[in-house]
Amino acid sequence: MAEENLLTDEFLRQLINVGEVDIVVGLSTHNNAKTIGPVIGAIQAGILKCFPRERVVIINADGGSQDDTTELVQNASIDDLRRDYKVHALRTLHCISVRYGRIPDPGIALQTILAGADLLRAKTCVIISPDSTTIEPDWLQRLAGPSYYDNLDLVCPIYRRQRFEGALVRDLLYPMTRSIYGSRIREPYGSEFAVSGRLIADFLSNGIMNQDWGRMGPEISITILALTGKYRVCQSFLGAKRASSRGHDVVAAVRRTVGALFASLDGNFPFWSTITGSQPVPTLGTATELTQESSRINRKHLLETFASGVAQLGEVLSSILSLPLLSELQRIAALGVDEFDYPAELWTRTVFEFAASYHKSTINRDHIIQALVPLYRGRSLTFLIENRNGSEQDIETREESLCADFERQKPYLLEIWADRK
Amino acid sequence: MREIIVNELTQAFQQMARDIAHYLPRLVVMAVIALVGWLIAYLLKFLVRSLLRLTKFSKLSENAGATQLLHQAALPSSTELVSRLVFWIAWAGFVLLGASVLGIAGLDEYISRFFFFLPRLFAALIILFFGLVAASFFSRAALLAAVNANFRSSRMLSTSVRFIIVIFALSMAFEVVGVAEQTMLIAFATVFGAAMLGMAIAFGLGGQDLARKFLEKKLAPHNRDEREDELSPL
Repeated sequence: MAEENLLTDEFLRQLINVGEVDIVVGLSTHNNAKTIGPVIGAIQAGILKCFPRERVVIINADGGSQDDTTELVQNASIDDLRRDYKVHALRTLHCISVRYGRIPDPGIALQTILAGADLLRAKTCVIISPDSTTIEPDWLQRLAGPSYYDNLDLVCPIYRRQRFEGALVRDLLYPMTRSIYGSRIREPYGSEFAVSGRLIADFLSNGIMNQDWGRMGPEISITILALTGKYRVCQSFLGAKRASSRGHDVVAAVRRTVGALFASLDGNFPFWSTITGSQPVPTLGTATELTQESSRINRKHLLETFASGVAQLGEVLSSILSLPLLSELQRIAALGVDEFDYPAELWTRTVFEFAASYHKSTINRDHIIQALVPLYRGRSLTFLIENRNGSEQDIETREESLCADFERQKPYLLEIWADRK
Repeated sequence: MREIIVNELTQAFQQMARDIAHYLPRLVVMAVIALVGWLIAYLLKFLVRSLLRLTKFSKLSENAGATQLLHQAALPSSTELVSRLVFWIAWAGFVLLGASVLGIAGLDEYISRFFFFLPRLFAALIILFFGLVAASFFSRAALLAAVNANFRSSRMLSTSVRFIIVIFALSMAFEVVGVAEQTMLIAFATVFGAAMLGMAIAFGLGGQDLARKFLEKKLAPHNRDEREDELSPL
């Protein structure tokens, strides 16, 4: 969508009333009345505590909420917080809410916020998820600080997670982004992050949102743009993160993240094809932290979904995967829960063959992404079995080993990219 | 008597000679048209084949499931089949055009019917092809959605979707060609109605518990334990 279409007259009027700002905090909402109150409170507290002298505005892009989300945002009062923190902001804290459409669209929401930030000439824009119930005021400092004070262009989050949460990030997004784009960003798809004014201008001007990967995963596309554009990137430890209810829709999550990542490979081939290995990214705070909370996952159910997926999607998988790999998957699918093992090396090859098939569009691209879901469930089961009784160090060692596999097998991806085996 | 026979034979031969003299140039014209037609048809076949290869028609046909059907019927590849079809239709058209030069009574009507039928035949073939493409796409989409939703009879659902779309495309194609319109319409309505009724009865009788569970899951508040069946991906 063109920038002039994003900036409606009403939105422009509100932006003009605000004038230039230093920092924009963006919230993309849709029916978040249950959680938005504490999130707004934490953001305001963070502004009072960490940026009392800066000109800050909160921009809420709403996708047609039917509850009181927008009213709650607009009516959020900062007076109570001032008393709690005994700090007075030297500037007026503005809060803008704009409805960009009746149907939620993360891409348009993000574009709207970034277009607003660009127009207000903000030095930094922080994006916060309205589902982040564990948010603390310090998150604002940890995200905006490196960009605002140290001129970093992208600040990605690192969370303290429950050991089995974020399986897709740990099993695919992190290792693949690392091996492809050569940077060790733990959360390439973060629901919270900060971007600099320079990166925003680049993002809005180079038409990423007109490309498949931008439309599919606007959040991950910012990370990819920062990496391919050689912007200064860092990651910052935020604290505990609880998976949002929306994160449980695996197919949607895979589409939004893996789909966007696969789609980004086409246009960025000259960049990533020459990269070997990976480089660490400056990290503020702990690199990674896992909690020992127990979780009740039905392993048998995971195995059933994997086995039935492999059996029923045989014809679809045969047009995506090479014959030896498919045979190996069929062998694994016949194993019981106790002896089940979807090894890292095989998983890496699976992902790379999917990426190559996606590139060649062997079948409809969305179907390729959907066909990956049962296999991801199988790999999740192995992750669960391997790490059930392991320490945080064990999990980290296995993660590192998986990443090494992705990096080692990258030549295989390059080989099948041109001529599929 | 002898003279009469000789006279009749002479007249017959003279008439035959006149007829041959009358038809020979036309036959030559027909042969020339057929020969030129053959060359043009061959050229068309070559062009169509190159165009189809360039546009990766075989891949599209493979995705549509047409290649598999042709293979099972021991027929050549879809690209080859389409280019051969173009050749034979084009050449047959030229041969009939040549035949019209002969001026045989009643033949003109059949020839004009043939040319009138050609666009309908092409339209029917296009409908059938895109019907197969749609059937393949939607059946695969249904299969993937059902597998990812842990639906037990994913294959059956997918096959049903394919079957319904293929039947629909076939009935449309036959209607366009004008072959057994009423029969096809009735057959389609019967098959479609029977399939729907069968599914409704099967779901009603066999899926009472499933329907109850589905509604409970959709309408009742989510239970945390049920959600934990899936590892949180993000």
